[in-house]
Amino acid sequence: MRPLLPISVERRALGFNSWDVIAIVLVVGLVVFLAEASRDVLQPLAELQRTPLSLAPAHLPEYAARTTLRMFLALALSLLFTFTYATLAAKNKRARVLLIPLLDILQSVPILGFISTTVVFFMSLVPGRVLGAEFAAIFAIFTSQAWNMAFSFYQSLRTVPTELIEASRSFRLSPWMHFWRVDVPFALPQLIWNMMMSMSGSWFFVVASEAISVGNTTVMLPGMGSYIATAIEQRDLTAVGWAIGTMLVVILLYDQLLFRPLVAWADRFRFEQQASIAVPASWVLDVIRRSGVIARLRRPFSMLWRHSLRMAPSGAGPRSVRSLDRQRWVDLAWGGIVLVLVALALWQVARFVLSGLSLTDVGEAILLGFATLTRVVILIAIASAIWVPVGVWVGTRPRAALVVQPVAQFLAAFPANLLFPVAVVAIVTLKLNPDIWLSPLMILGTQWYILFNVIAGAAAIPSELRDVGTNLQVHGPLWWRKVALPAVFPYYVTGAITASGGSWNASIVAEVASWGDERVQASGLGAYIARATEGGDFYRIVLGIAVMSAFVVVINRAFWRPLYLYAERKYRLG
Amino acid sequence: MPAARLLDIHSVRQAFPKPDGGDLLVLDDIDLELAEGEIVGLLGRSGSGKSTLLRLIAGLARPTAGDIVYLGRPVAGPAPGIAMVFQNFALFPWLTVLENVQLGLEALRLPESEVRQRALAGIDLIGLDGYESAYPRELSGGMRQRVGFARALVVHPNVLLMDEPFSALDILTAETLRNDFLDLWSERRLPIKGVILVTHNIEEAVLMCDRILLFSRNPGHVISEIRVDLPRPRNRLEPRFRDLVEGIYVSMTAPPVGSTPALVPSERRVEVILPRVSANLISGLIETMAGAPYNGKADLPVIAGSLHMEVDDLFPVAEALQMLRLAEVGEGDIRLTHAGKQFSEAELDDRKKLFQHQLLCYVPLAAHIRRVLQERANHTAPRSRFLDELEDHMTIEAAEQTLRAVIAWARFAEAFAYDDETQTFSLENPT
Repeated sequence: MRPLLPISVERRALGFNSWDVIAIVLVVGLVVFLAEASRDVLQPLAELQRTPLSLAPAHLPEYAARTTLRMFLALALSLLFTFTYATLAAKNKRARVLLIPLLDILQSVPILGFISTTVVFFMSLVPGRVLGAEFAAIFAIFTSQAWNMAFSFYQSLRTVPTELIEASRSFRLSPWMHFWRVDVPFALPQLIWNMMMSMSGSWFFVVASEAISVGNTTVMLPGMGSYIATAIEQRDLTAVGWAIGTMLVVILLYDQLLFRPLVAWADRFRFEQQASIAVPASWVLDVIRRSGVIARLRRPFSMLWRHSLRMAPSGAGPRSVRSLDRQRWVDLAWGGIVLVLVALALWQVARFVLSGLSLTDVGEAILLGFATLTRVVILIAIASAIWVPVGVWVGTRPRAALVVQPVAQFLAAFPANLLFPVAVVAIVTLKLNPDIWLSPLMILGTQWYILFNVIAGAAAIPSELRDVGTNLQVHGPLWWRKVALPAVFPYYVTGAITASGGSWNASIVAEVASWGDERVQASGLGAYIARATEGGDFYRIVLGIAVMSAFVVVINRAFWRPLYLYAERKYRLG
Repeated sequence: MPAARLLDIHSVRQAFPKPDGGDLLVLDDIDLELAEGEIVGLLGRSGSGKSTLLRLIAGLARPTAGDIVYLGRPVAGPAPGIAMVFQNFALFPWLTVLENVQLGLEALRLPESEVRQRALAGIDLIGLDGYESAYPRELSGGMRQRVGFARALVVHPNVLLMDEPFSALDILTAETLRNDFLDLWSERRLPIKGVILVTHNIEEAVLMCDRILLFSRNPGHVISEIRVDLPRPRNRLEPRFRDLVEGIYVSMTAPPVGSTPALVPSERRVEVILPRVSANLISGLIETMAGAPYNGKADLPVIAGSLHMEVDDLFPVAEALQMLRLAEVGEGDIRLTHAGKQFSEAELDDRKKLFQHQLLCYVPLAAHIRRVLQERANHTAPRSRFLDELEDHMTIEAAEQTLRAVIAWARFAEAFAYDDETQTFSLENPT
């Protein structure tokens, strides 16, 4: 029986169509962007110092392009890291023992502390050239993006349904083919969401990564971060305004041109077998799909791609089966090696720190850590009290969610540094206590994770449950206590974990604020690390980072993880 | 002329290591041959290791001992020429129907034109024309499984392995798909030479197979082999068909000599795997059997047919009834005991009392938990206390399932209480 409808597997005619006009504009735009952004990276450093950064708005497109390119290069690096590191951790049991705790710690180590230590290394790779500083900046942005992406990918790989793995094996897909046809597609929706989060989060660190100062050398790479830093230094409020406007445009642009198409495209990788109700749409994706020119451009690449899948070594070879006893011995030996390595690393850090500092310094750092801890706890509590009700309200109203989501996403990307002028001026003129009033800056960027997650949780409450609440006339406090809060609790915990970790990182930026020569400081571990970085005091940098990492790891293990497991068990729906 | 042999399986044993260091035997001493032109069915309840055997043949796992020989060569990994159809389809949701079907061909590194031509031919054969560019989520269950079949057939396997391929479908869809498959098989239009079908549906096995191997549980072992000589197409209502079905019920319920019985647990030890059957289901079956037309005694195939229950639905309930001595199972029949009849006539409170009595007398695990709770000063005990004990004798999944089952029964019987949040057993019920 032949179907009446034409089969859509016929090759599409590759004629020129109206979509092509838009497509060509997009492609040319991309080329111009790359050219603009990558100019001058090979010039000597001295050249850079001779042409100081200009606060004229005319330079903003160039600066924005450069910063964005850095962020995307870092994102590409993060992807590469994710695909290799997380895959190794997921596929190899022995590697996992080492890699996953390491990732956990890397995630907790204050990113900004990295910068000063890595700059020296990268500058020495390409001595005297801007390229070295560029590497350092990209690496710093990379460290603010990679970890959560790698975690998400790892978790996806560990949850690929067994049947799919068995199907892939029984049809003898090569490892390369399995990776691209099974692993990556399965992980993609989650990964793209994490990429968006990473991009938002890394804006916060762009300022710190472009204006690199270690001791008495300062390098200002042309870009949005340096622009903002200079504007703050020169007390130029108009320039700060321009910077905010430019950021808004840039965020809108890459959302429309990159992430929205990606999300719309990745919709088909969702694993649920049901057809989705609201399919995400993107005009850029439509252009790419319908343009004949792009189809023609794509063709050699896709042929090469299929060729690579075909050429990859086969995975059908018999696997060696070792005896269980021997495996157990190797596992034990491997566990021993890992323990020794960890002990060695700890000893090295301790020896290095204690060679330059005394135990009183260590005690001081720990005390300051408690000061910052108090701030983080109070701020998370306040943010929760505000955003949980708001999130529930928004999440149970799909129309409101449509408006609020993108706004919150922009706010999450908003670097706290831009609010420093306001904070510093207010604190100085009103004679406020910086220990209290600088604190809100810490949570400025991270509180949104709580809101995002609570909205998602509230939106996921089955309508039946809400109907039953209405039907039984459950209102007011009772409704919050018995319906809303339990339902969003697991989501809230996830958001709060991210927010708390982020706040620790942000404390390095937020506990010291300056506006021109005016400078206010709170006492805390963040300010301690920031001061040490400025002074090029490596002993204190290492000590501060180690203490902060220890704080974050201990709090995660002792408080957040048990809470998360409890929430998972008790309040999981279905 | 004897038909050529596709598969030769000899003395296969499969065991998994247990946490305490011992081994848990899943399959014991399996012999199986598959000749050209044959459909062989592996029939048994869940836990009888038949799916494990299928995975061993597919090369997805290696047996602990024994040989699996395919066309004269030992199977040491997924072999070309052996393809599999999965219970829940295992389609890649991000690939279209055509791409899903092409996947196995691409892995064979065939030229692109041949990949396409063979995939389209397979889609045509299996009745998926017009759906080439659809994604699996747009298809109904029956259509999805057709894709599963097409994907397996296009690689032109000699042996097709089917893992309960119709069990995730509704009755009508499953029947259509079965008949379509059998038509293609009988007309020799399929590029396959032999089929192994795993199923827990007795009628399906008789409808489709030339030979049926009956599996016992714990460990999985072949208890009998049944040859089905009925001409095709077969008719479910034909007396010889019914006789075969009845015969299989009888051999599945009869305690065979010299080996672990398929259904009847003879041991009265604490560490018996309990079926996960709710008290409601138990009450329901008792009431149905007590009423007309059964009046306390029912023919298993008849009651299974009238309640639309397959082996895996009915046997666990029957097993639970048997354990609690509310009914007796044997020779394809199920009979209510005196306690069972009392139960059917009692009110809820008396039912609970009776159920508690049966539970504590005849389910050693329940009695054991109750005894431990009574002996302890605060009358509570953590879940891990009993879980560890069970895990020494069964897989962790079976141990968890057994605990859940005993908790559910004890709750109905009000024999003891369990708090999931604190994961503790206690004697007190909340007041």
